Amino acid sequence: MFEQILFYAISAVLLVAAVGVITARNPVHGVLFLVLAFFNSAVLWLLLEAEFLAIVLVLVYVGAVMVLFLFVVMMLDINVEKMRAGFTRYAPLGILVVAIMALELGQVIWLRASGRNLSIVGSQQPDGYNNTKELGRVLYTDYVFAFELAAVILLVAIVAAITLTMRRRPGLKQQDITQQVSVKREDRVRLVKMDAEKDA
Amino acid sequence: MIELTTASIASMWAAVPAAIQDTLLITLRILVVLVPLILAVAYLTYAERKVIGYIQNRIGPNRVGPKGLLQPFADVIKLLLKEVVIPSNANRALFVVAPLLTLTPAFAAWAVIPLFPGFVLADINAALLYVLALTSLGVYGVILAGWATNSKYAFLGAMRSAAQIVAYEIAMGFALVGVVMASGSLNLGEIIEGQRGSVLHWYWLPLLPLFMIYFISGVAETNRAPFDVAEGESEIVAGFHVEYAGVGFALFFLAEYANMILISALTAILFLGGWLSPFEGILGADNILARPGFFWFALKTSVFLFLFLWFRATFPRYRYDQIMRLGWKVFIPLTLVWIFVEGAMIAFDIGPWFD
Repeated sequence: MFEQILFYAISAVLLVAAVGVITARNPVHGVLFLVLAFFNSAVLWLLLEAEFLAIVLVLVYVGAVMVLFLFVVMMLDINVEKMRAGFTRYAPLGILVVAIMALELGQVIWLRASGRNLSIVGSQQPDGYNNTKELGRVLYTDYVFAFELAAVILLVAIVAAITLTMRRRPGLKQQDITQQVSVKREDRVRLVKMDAEKDA
Repeated sequence: MIELTTASIASMWAAVPAAIQDTLLITLRILVVLVPLILAVAYLTYAERKVIGYIQNRIGPNRVGPKGLLQPFADVIKLLLKEVVIPSNANRALFVVAPLLTLTPAFAAWAVIPLFPGFVLADINAALLYVLALTSLGVYGVILAGWATNSKYAFLGAMRSAAQIVAYEIAMGFALVGVVMASGSLNLGEIIEGQRGSVLHWYWLPLLPLFMIYFISGVAETNRAPFDVAEGESEIVAGFHVEYAGVGFALFFLAEYANMILISALTAILFLGGWLSPFEGILGADNILARPGFFWFALKTSVFLFLFLWFRATFPRYRYDQIMRLGWKVFIPLTLVWIFVEGAMIAFDIGPWFD
């Protein structure tokens, strides 16, 4: 009973936040609504006893990715008029994506309603069950190739992004921080011994 | 009037429904942690002014109460009575919410900190991840405060803080990976138990580089000197909280000091055995110094808190590009190398730690 109330309350906040993401006029508010949506879906995962996934969602998306999003959105000078102008052009694609998602959701609900068991975590886990340990075991044994493939793809993406944005302008003056840090006192300061006052 | 004897109180307690009993007990336990924490924050500000005072050959606050001991309360009352000023072009809602967003995670993280043997508010499996997730949430308050203020100085402070915290969080996470590898658990209580033994059994020795990197990253995460470019009085006035006065400023202040205590406590737990005694196994088991307890945890935490103050009084502020270099180019490679070294140590069953 209590769990159901909790579920509906959190889901309501999640939906409101998700609607807020696309309706907020201020892009920063939109990002903040997205943060709220992430946080609430993390809480929903906690209700499913998937504590590792829930905390990682908060850690990675809310703690790092969305911070960078905010960073970029705050820095960018977004021209809202121009962004709105493309609405009719992108609308067909958007409708297609929404239609696919609605279809998938409907299918899941239909399968549930027809009494088929889709969920592995339908029942409560036994005491002492460690979500983190189980995930780690599966990730590093059964799915190790897929896992490492994903890691390599991400690495390639990082390298590509850095090479794309790295430019060498001629005549650019750069500071060599290693050299700056390793400067010794003798290189900069000369101590001169002299009397405080000259003899009269 | 009902006479209050232990028996009557016990019978009154038994009359309370079980659900409410649980709620009351949990609330009580939270208060047992939070109230001393807030007091510790208050006296940390006093300690900071005294310690820095003596380092700079001054006396520090000594007017309010005996030896200035009531100074923190005078400060709090002063801040609470001040007018709350909201700049006319600020985003009102976010401007007011931002200090709360910094304070809440700083307090919420204490839910999983084991204070003495057998006492922790929430004994969860993924405690370490929980702490990491919550400490990474604190940055929102800083960024939003900087943005909502609608001032260039505040915005600069917020941007600096965001980039800095994202950079140092990675090094911090890798240092924690080292601890998790050594203990085989994400539960803070089990991490402490894994270090059982004398000083030499604690993780600071096999994980020495990670220990140092963790604490330095912690100083950077809390935006404390020498990494306090987000505030940088001499460059951008007071950074993200330049327009905050009264209660808003007090909350930012409270959050910063609560975060300092949190980072110190975590360093003590992860690398110095939390509530374990350093003399365990050296002195006899019946010796009072060899017993684990809250005293040791508090002592270790205080040592790190003193380091925070010492850093602030002695180091000049880092230049911004040097902060980024230290985070990305020095700390992250170092932690990666040491994780490999640790892996080798575990593979070859080295020392009293990994056998």
